[in-house]
Amino acid sequence: MIENISRRGLLAGFGAGGLVLAIGIPSAQAQAKGFGADGMPNGWRDDPKLFIALDEDGTVTVTCHRSEMGQGVRTSIPMVVAEEMEADWAKIRVAQAWADEGHFGNQDTDGSRSLRHFFMPMRHAGAAARMMLEQAAAAQWGVPVAEVKAANHVVSHQATQRSLGYGALAKAAADLPAPERSGLRLKDPASFRLIGKDTIGLLDNRDITTGRAIYGIDARAEGMYHAVVARPPVFGGKVTSFDAAEALKVPGVVKVIAIDPPAIPSEFQPLGGIAVIARNTWSAMQGRDRLKISWEDGPHASYSSVPYRAALEAAARQPAKVVRNGGDVDKAMAGAAKKVEAEYYIPHLAQTPLEPPAALVRISNGVCEAWACTQAPQATRTRLAERLKLPEDKVRVNVTLLGGGFGRKSKPDFVLEAGLCSQAMDGAPVKVTWTREDDIHHGFYHTVSVERIEAGLDAGGKPVAWLHRSAAPTIGSIFAPDPKHELPFELGMGLVNTPFAIPNIRIENPEAQAHARIGWFRSVSNIPHAFAIQSFVAELAHAAGRDPKDYLLELIGPARVVDPTSIGDVWNHGEDPQRYPIDTGRLRRVVEAAAAGIGWGRAMPAGRGLGIAGHYSFVSHVAVAVEVEVGARGALTIPRVDIAIDCGPQVNPERIRSQMEGAVVMGVGLATSAEITFRDGRVEQNNFDGYELTRMESTPRDIRVHLVPSGRYDGPLGGVGEPGLPPVAPAIANAVFAASGKRIRQLPIRDQLTT
Amino acid sequence: MATLTVNGTERRYDGDGDMPLLWFLRDELGLTGTKFGCGQALCGACTVHVDGSAVRACQTPISSIEGAKVTTIEGLSGTGEHPVQVAWRELNVSQCGYCQAGQIMQAASLLKDIPNPGDDDIDTAMSGNLCRCGTYPRIRAAIKQAAKGGRT
Repeated sequence: MIENISRRGLLAGFGAGGLVLAIGIPSAQAQAKGFGADGMPNGWRDDPKLFIALDEDGTVTVTCHRSEMGQGVRTSIPMVVAEEMEADWAKIRVAQAWADEGHFGNQDTDGSRSLRHFFMPMRHAGAAARMMLEQAAAAQWGVPVAEVKAANHVVSHQATQRSLGYGALAKAAADLPAPERSGLRLKDPASFRLIGKDTIGLLDNRDITTGRAIYGIDARAEGMYHAVVARPPVFGGKVTSFDAAEALKVPGVVKVIAIDPPAIPSEFQPLGGIAVIARNTWSAMQGRDRLKISWEDGPHASYSSVPYRAALEAAARQPAKVVRNGGDVDKAMAGAAKKVEAEYYIPHLAQTPLEPPAALVRISNGVCEAWACTQAPQATRTRLAERLKLPEDKVRVNVTLLGGGFGRKSKPDFVLEAGLCSQAMDGAPVKVTWTREDDIHHGFYHTVSVERIEAGLDAGGKPVAWLHRSAAPTIGSIFAPDPKHELPFELGMGLVNTPFAIPNIRIENPEAQAHARIGWFRSVSNIPHAFAIQSFVAELAHAAGRDPKDYLLELIGPARVVDPTSIGDVWNHGEDPQRYPIDTGRLRRVVEAAAAGIGWGRAMPAGRGLGIAGHYSFVSHVAVAVEVEVGARGALTIPRVDIAIDCGPQVNPERIRSQMEGAVVMGVGLATSAEITFRDGRVEQNNFDGYELTRMESTPRDIRVHLVPSGRYDGPLGGVGEPGLPPVAPAIANAVFAASGKRIRQLPIRDQLTT
Repeated sequence: MATLTVNGTERRYDGDGDMPLLWFLRDELGLTGTKFGCGQALCGACTVHVDGSAVRACQTPISSIEGAKVTTIEGLSGTGEHPVQVAWRELNVSQCGYCQAGQIMQAASLLKDIPNPGDDDIDTAMSGNLCRCGTYPRIRAAIKQAAKGGRT
């Protein structure tokens, strides 16, 4: 069925195939197209004229075609361009690309791949611009181009002591054709002034700190209306009847419209419901409160988290679909001196970006224009065109800043709602705003999973057999009718591709049916997989009477390079397994760096303990070491965290640090307090009182980031936005065990230490 | 009808007095620097100063602040050079930046009350302001830097 979607999408040009491929579902087409950026819909561009504009006053405007959601891409991409262009950083401005992958190349800002895929294309663009400036100057002076040199916004000819600023050369350079890619001269990384340096301030700093930064929810247009939508309380439900009379009496409410429920699978379509359109957001909200709606709940009205967990556990205790098999686990298990088994439960989560989903759309003279905080600009454009029945070239999507994304804003349902509201208002601009309750009740949730692991140890405490069953509803359920198994991209997130040196390994994936919209959440399936595996390693160490860090290193084994396809990972984050093999030496090094950072092995007072975890994801290696204190009554505090990352060559170390800090903070929240539960098909949490995130007071006071140097700038880059998160929760749980003797097998920890 | 002063300019409003200040600022005045995050005073994204004190605009009905002086992030300083804003830039506090207007308004209020806050003071004052990106360590550092009068 996935194959069918892919084919249909590709025939249509962009479309479903694009998105399905983007999440890494292998298909013949994807493999034919290649790996990395070549394997993404619409690939990549490196034409300087697409990305760089030079004004005659010397201002350089770099167009960033990736969405900014806090990872710093609107600073990091201009850094790369400015470096190769030899531009003065003070003269760099950034502009945001509109949605047009035919023009800019792939824009799906997800999977921790913006710099991984666009570092080299942006270097090319910058180098081409530099060479065009040199050529323009050489022509003006009538000297060989080899004799001129661009440096820091000036082209000079040393022999004649002449020089021209970039601004003075702008017009002549712009008239030149861009040089051939094969003739580009890239800078020697030894001479980098920006890339790899820790000194660059965010280009958006001033706008953010003065309130001028514009997010999707801030978009405004002349004569605009504001809308909120009442959506079915249960996924798959629909309106049977409604009465808008009272809503329409609210001053400021101008119209109430129905939005049709989606066909299933619903992909990124709106959930349907009743939209209230008003003169301001408050009036729309008041009007929505006064709607009288009868709902039909549909097939998921009995979805409740407590019995669902029991069903996942039952499935995980039975033999299931084998997704990796090496050696003979049953035989080795039968001959083991000791057997250890454990089950872990990791709940649904909601991304809850602090800016809830919101978008403004207007339709004028057959042209639709949207302003949206979207991680998927092209999908937003394509879906808007389809839903509004407009040709795609009549739809323009302006990408605003995103007030956080974390995967939620890869799904443009909220933009389509705004489009439908605008259409109902004869094209007048309408902004749809989701309240926090809307966001928590109607999300695309992180999956829920039971991870069961059994191991057989030999007489020396070394594992000789490993059986892991991972049961979790798949993201594929929003794209295809009722799939029950994890897809390759989910299995490849730290499940099958765990590179342990154990002779007999079998991994199974029991069936699990989805009863809610499942979607990407930062780090995706790595969260449950890493939590279970890294917790279980510490459990084995305890069973074997060994130090958990030493035991983890022993399981990782000696430094070696593993072909991911040899252990059942056919996805490999979309990357070439030759260029991006699993390198256990790099995983060892981050574990050692985190351990050294926190002072592993030092004597701990009563009630304090250290824990450690290491995980490979998004082709980067991260380890986290945590110090916790568990008080006499079970109060948990986390005074210190050391996080070490090897993400290959580092483009913007300052933003790598900030991503690691943020991953620690988010990881503390999902480890200790955040959980989405369902009852009778409805999410039980409403707002940030029930869905509890990390706050200042619960943030570790001492977070230390260790950037492990690795790789050359002509080599492969790893991801940064997501790989920090997965090892945080298991490191905390392992530290809790060390401090208190209490083993955490269920997230979040919440009151488990006090009861 | 309500009259209030917003960033030094007198503003009148003759609509629903129950409307929270947040929506008056954002929808009626176009001052979108003040953010909507929860609508329940649980996240602090909408923090503004009313007569010099930090309040959550999402839970402040316009009718309750007749005659008040309101300062938003746009009016915190004429040039964006308030010590808190400067420290935020120097330490690259922001990630997505969405919560930072509320954080800055809260931090400015903290420093007015406690010019040299300790970690516990910062926890107490700032724990009502959520940051989903997790910039708290840098917020803490930036508050201390602003308290010391700038870069050290």
